[in-house]
Amino acid sequence: MSVLAAVDSLGDLFEETWGLSSGWTLALAAFVHAVILIQLFAVAPLVFVWLERKVSGRIQDRLGPTRVGGRFGWLQGLADGIKLIQKEDLVPTAADGMLFRMAPYIACVASFGGFMVLPFADGWVAVVSDIGVFLLFGILSLEVLGIILAGYSSGSKWSLFGGMREAAQMVSYEIPLALCGLIPIVALGTLNLGDIGRMQSGWLFPNWMIFHDPFTFLAFFVFFTVATAGCKRAPFDLAEAESELVGGFHTEYSGMRWMFFYMAEYGSMFLVSAVAAYLFLGGWHTGLAPLDAGIESLRGFGRNTIVEGFSVGSYVANLIFMVVLVTKASLLVIVQIWVRWTLPRLRIDQVMQTCLKYLLPMSCALFLGVAVWPLLLANALGRTSLIDWPEGWSRPLGERVPRRAAASDELRVTRVRSAERGVRNAEPSGDSAFRTPHSELVTRHSSLVTSSNGGAR
Amino acid sequence: MNGDQGPSFLTLLFAAGSCAGAIAVVLSRNVVRMAFWLIVSLGSVAGLFFLLHADFVGATQLLIYVGGTVVLLIFGVMLTASGPLLKIPTSPAETFLSAGIGALFLAMIVSTVGAVDWKAAAETIARQDPAAGPPVSGEGYNAPEEGNTLRPIGAALLGVRPDRDLGREPGPNGSIALSTGYLLPFEIASVHLLVVLIGAAYLARAKRRRDRDSGESI
Repeated sequence: MSVLAAVDSLGDLFEETWGLSSGWTLALAAFVHAVILIQLFAVAPLVFVWLERKVSGRIQDRLGPTRVGGRFGWLQGLADGIKLIQKEDLVPTAADGMLFRMAPYIACVASFGGFMVLPFADGWVAVVSDIGVFLLFGILSLEVLGIILAGYSSGSKWSLFGGMREAAQMVSYEIPLALCGLIPIVALGTLNLGDIGRMQSGWLFPNWMIFHDPFTFLAFFVFFTVATAGCKRAPFDLAEAESELVGGFHTEYSGMRWMFFYMAEYGSMFLVSAVAAYLFLGGWHTGLAPLDAGIESLRGFGRNTIVEGFSVGSYVANLIFMVVLVTKASLLVIVQIWVRWTLPRLRIDQVMQTCLKYLLPMSCALFLGVAVWPLLLANALGRTSLIDWPEGWSRPLGERVPRRAAASDELRVTRVRSAERGVRNAEPSGDSAFRTPHSELVTRHSSLVTSSNGGAR
Repeated sequence: MNGDQGPSFLTLLFAAGSCAGAIAVVLSRNVVRMAFWLIVSLGSVAGLFFLLHADFVGATQLLIYVGGTVVLLIFGVMLTASGPLLKIPTSPAETFLSAGIGALFLAMIVSTVGAVDWKAAAETIARQDPAAGPPVSGEGYNAPEEGNTLRPIGAALLGVRPDRDLGREPGPNGSIALSTGYLLPFEIASVHLLVVLIGAAYLARAKRRRDRDSGESI
């Protein structure tokens, strides 16, 4: 699928310090990275559960948690977790035991799997994929399987109703979700989340996709609404609807298995918020061009410190960018929480109507609009961006694609090393093609075009 | 896949998952459990695609087969799964017949796979001129191992085959006959899908009945 560059460099470290064989170091390094990623997936719910309690308390004119862990109840999430671990693991007699036990894991794994393709900074990604957004939505859509299986296997009518509603809701909301995701992608021309992040460098206005044109601006709000519904958050939480269905699909669950559903929910809330940050809000960039440039200038500092290809400066820069991205995503999660405690729950027919009669036509119209926009701009203004004042604030999107030399150097070192070790069958031929200068490729391409034109004549 | 060193651990894992899932689908009697094992089987096949650098096919497998079809399957099952339909009893004749068909199909696949000279095929691929590859590895694009698996497919679906045409020697009159992509099949498939969508919308639309006496629609 891809070269896990970070895993390789960590593997190199293990190999040099402990002298293990390459297969074992690779497995160990992959394990370390997976554990780090799982920590993020596990800590996010811990923080968001506390935040949810606190925000809902404040909105309802209460204080929320105040006891556990000091004045603001910082450790409330941890206390919840410990309480849930202690509870008995119940399986109803009418339930289909195997599916009942399996369902929380499916929901959790599907939500966690999306983090594989999500970059946290430039190059900080487990799996680089040129179809990142598509893959992410594909993996995330599997979460509904866990919910439906839970609803069916519980052997309870409440659960079955919850599962049915969730199925109906997910099947219809996936369409506007995919269409809204496509709107910035039509403008950007890539599905690679890393490239999408790189393309939004520079000033937030007009380089972030939300400010790219009026259609992407509106699409952000439609996308966020649909993504909220996709995470079955209020006002679209028909699958649980505690006032009607007790707990919906998780009525019969207790303890850890119940917690897995909540981890999946908070995990996917964070995931769709991060995707929204990538597609519309500039990814890991702060949006202030001089600040970004300053952080970028750290790259390459202290190169090859511990292992070949590792740079302390790049690490620090990536860490700062990761904090920026996580902050953006967390702010969007806070908006989701705020919406949940502000708006009343819709009825199931209203949920369907909102999707099929309003959100779907809106996303189709925006999709058409964003496709026509460049043509309109080129004819009316004769340039590619809406605003080109002051000079240099906005460069055409395509000029921002090529990755910096430093980053590709690091990757190349790792890739050559892994090819030497024979960890992967990275063909040397592919590597030489990778080093082919861009200008040469352009020449070759243009010569092809001219010769084909000649043939047509 | 490590080529000479045989299949990797993950390849074996996913292959075992897909086979075990498929066998469990056949052996289980409960419809929803069958659907669950089908998820395991199809998901493992998607994993195999990812290991072969076929990201797009793998993601499509997840989205369409695992996500879409199984959701619809469970949807249908939940509407019908009550009493007699929950468990599907099979008569001995059915078992015998389907086992025979399955065995024949397996024999066909095994003979097909066995007929290919894999070593020679791998050498042919390795021998191909790297300069004639698609213009995907230039500055700013990833190498295939880093996820660039989409551009050749996308270009071919738009009717352009740079992987075949770039770097070819021109013919005697200085022109190159360009290879054809898959634009026509792609368009036919899209029109076909559109027809299916319109047909489904026509069939599913709210039917209005006329009241015979008053002539008003109810």
